[in-house]
Amino acid sequence: MAVMIKVTDTIKSSEITPKDVYLNRRKFMQQTMAGSLLFASGAWLPAWAKQWPDLSVSTYSSHDKINSFKDITSYNNFYEFGTSKQDPARQAKSFNPRPWSIRVSGECDKTGDYDIDDFLKPVGLQEYIYRLRCVEGWSMVIPWVGFSLAEMLKGFQPNSKAKYVEFTTLLDKSHMPGQKRRVLHWPYVEGLRMDEALHPLPIMAVGLYGELLPNQNGAPIRLIVPWKYGFKSIKSIVKIRFTETQPETTWHMTNPREYGFYANVNPHVDHPRWSQKKERVIGESFWKPKRATQMFNGYAEQVAHLYTGMDLKKYF
Amino acid sequence: MPLTPSSTLLSYIIKPLVFSLCLLPFILLLVNIINDNLSTNPVETLTHVTGDWGLRFLLITLAVTPLRKLSGLNWLLKLRRMFGLFVFFYACLHFLTYLWFDQNFDWQAILHDIPKRPFITIGFAAFALLVPLAVTSTHGMQRRLKKNWIRLHKLVYIIAIFAVIHFIWLVKADISEPLVYALGLALLFLFRLYLSIYSKPRQTAKNNISDLSAQNHQTGRQTTDGIFLYRERPATQLPVSSSRPADERPR
Repeated sequence: MAVMIKVTDTIKSSEITPKDVYLNRRKFMQQTMAGSLLFASGAWLPAWAKQWPDLSVSTYSSHDKINSFKDITSYNNFYEFGTSKQDPARQAKSFNPRPWSIRVSGECDKTGDYDIDDFLKPVGLQEYIYRLRCVEGWSMVIPWVGFSLAEMLKGFQPNSKAKYVEFTTLLDKSHMPGQKRRVLHWPYVEGLRMDEALHPLPIMAVGLYGELLPNQNGAPIRLIVPWKYGFKSIKSIVKIRFTETQPETTWHMTNPREYGFYANVNPHVDHPRWSQKKERVIGESFWKPKRATQMFNGYAEQVAHLYTGMDLKKYF
Repeated sequence: MPLTPSSTLLSYIIKPLVFSLCLLPFILLLVNIINDNLSTNPVETLTHVTGDWGLRFLLITLAVTPLRKLSGLNWLLKLRRMFGLFVFFYACLHFLTYLWFDQNFDWQAILHDIPKRPFITIGFAAFALLVPLAVTSTHGMQRRLKKNWIRLHKLVYIIAIFAVIHFIWLVKADISEPLVYALGLALLFLFRLYLSIYSKPRQTAKNNISDLSAQNHQTGRQTTDGIFLYRERPATQLPVSSSRPADERPR
């Protein structure tokens, strides 16, 4: 885990380098100083190089066929940028995920504002190839770049009252046009039970395919909980709060009959309106039938023990 | 006097042209399937596109009468059967997509699914009700069923309501798109309500029927419900065969 440095003063927008200036500077650097010391610092990578070219792959990674970058970045559910699958890629283009800080609050010792760049250092970053199963009945396999959520949360030193952790997406109508319509309760909120959050599988993703996380995928930082339906994996996080009580989460608030707090992938518990037994594997041939959905999205071996004794039909 | 195309123009130019336009969404789907270029989730796109066009043609079919009344372009009616059959065509593709690509002809799952999922139940009901309308769409059936044909084809209103509900019930949270269709349907219904209220005096003038039909010789006449124009004419007036409008000939 990267060392976290508490941000004391926030950057004024007047101090941010305009994009054209930094792009020119980047070009200049590429031409003259490629391979220099700056290169090694990771700050001035040429455009053709990956942000993180040589990450180790997490042992939890799936061996399934990975989806194309195009599939992953052009078929998104991110209602903050529109409700169609194509909207986020189009509407998130001008979204600028910098500067970005995360406010940590609630039942922990190290509350405060943390700058995103403290989480982006290659130390502690790994590639996690995870299956993603959407509640709508489709799935992908995505090579995320990220770090263990548990390690991050431990760094904030949650106290004994911390039973749950709640995440909140940015609320910014002017840059997230989808928030102009009350399709969901904004801002988007998600949460995990502490034992779920401290499991080694969930990650905070900051990139995919070795690149910085594209805007439509939840830049600059998002949660990935691979055994739960995709809507649990909240995007563009600005707040992390440790709570004693179960957080009120967005989809659950919108339609409590259809979306539970747990939202574990479960082929035996149907969505009230459609079956969850099968899934369409994105990227497969048009002619290929749907695939059977696996319990806990195939991660049952790792996570089933978290729910022993629980009626998963009731706690769906 | 609104323009009325000659029957030659209608049969050889307008109808083939409209037919091709109606087929265009299907052609585009085929081209994209062949080129493997439909979308990231081709089956979902196929389902949505065929469903969308089925519903659009349903509204287009229901819009013929209001458009005709407002514009005076009575010949538009001669396109209505074609639009109606395109509703059935796209609905068949939509249903086939469900059976084949979504369910992979797993009949057990399908029979389980249809009654269990309300949005599928109502969508299936809409499709099932379309079948008798398509079967009886020929002029021969129209003649044979007489008044019952009109009664039967009033099912189109139920079908339209079912289809819009089917759409509303399947979306996750954003119902704006199905609401656009619901609004369109509501407008078409309101127009008919308006028509049924304000065209009453003409209905009672039964003795004027021959006058009206003489006026509208080419295009049919006002009927009691203000919707269906080609009703059987009094046998004394003209033999059925010769009173048959150009488009009502069996194809």
